[in-house]
Amino acid sequence: MMDQVQQASITTPLSLQQRVTAALCALMLGSFLVFGVGMANSDTLHNAAHDGRHAFAFPCH
Amino acid sequence: MIGRIFLAALAAGLLAGVFVSGAQMLKVVPLIHMAEQYEGESPNPAPHSHNSASTDAHHHHGDAWAPGDGFERMAFTVLTNILASVGFGLLLAAGMALRGQLVGWRNGIIWGGCGYLAFSFLPALGLPPELPGMAAGDLAGRQTWWLMTAASSAGGIALILLAPKWAFRVLGAALLIMPHFVGAPHPHEFDSNVPAELAAQYVTASLVTAGLFWLLLGGLVAQFIDRGLSAE
Repeated sequence: MMDQVQQASITTPLSLQQRVTAALCALMLGSFLVFGVGMANSDTLHNAAHDGRHAFAFPCH
Repeated sequence: MIGRIFLAALAAGLLAGVFVSGAQMLKVVPLIHMAEQYEGESPNPAPHSHNSASTDAHHHHGDAWAPGDGFERMAFTVLTNILASVGFGLLLAAGMALRGQLVGWRNGIIWGGCGYLAFSFLPALGLPPELPGMAAGDLAGRQTWWLMTAASSAGGIALILLAPKWAFRVLGAALLIMPHFVGAPHPHEFDSNVPAELAAQYVTASLVTAGLFWLLLGGLVAQFIDRGLSAE
């Protein structure tokens, strides 16, 4: 099924370099946000994000 | 191009973050607040095996600022959810950009399901969603295991579904299984006052809510990226 879906999809008009650059930037900013919200070892950040950390099942406490 | 992808992840993360905040208010957040009533009552003065600065069992750590109960606390939870959601949306967008094809919202839902497996479901196999006051192993060890499991699972799923050769798929399967052979850090003793009934309800409520969130996020990120790139 996946193969059919993949064949049916359209290739975007972007070069490999553009795609890799975009992906790396998104990966870095995304990781930064997820880490800051879910893991950062600051008491203030922890207290502010407390319920969200528990709700997303990040290790907390 | 980068701007379009970031904008798509931002918009999708905002919407999915607002959605998950509403969904959490139904069961997940009330259960967290109920568990906190038991959190301070531990008969054992040092119920956690922490080695960091966060040694007290209470959710308010030390003298640091904490939002006041009620609206303020809820507002910070919504903000937290939106930021986490934008972050997860960016990770999905990174995968889709590398893939280099317009994904479509239907396939986006599948991407979201894979994100759920990697960042919620599979880590929960070693570290079940945890209520305040539950017995748990060392925090730094659990965080390291969580990060390793999420990264390894995401890589594993990507290899299994997208790699062209069977050798890579086998490697992907190994990446999926590896963290569970390593094993998550667990407490040596279980001295929690939180009733098992609450903990059990919390695990299902949290996993179901996260699942709905990821499916929505995946569909939205794909839809917004496709729309942004078609407009270019």
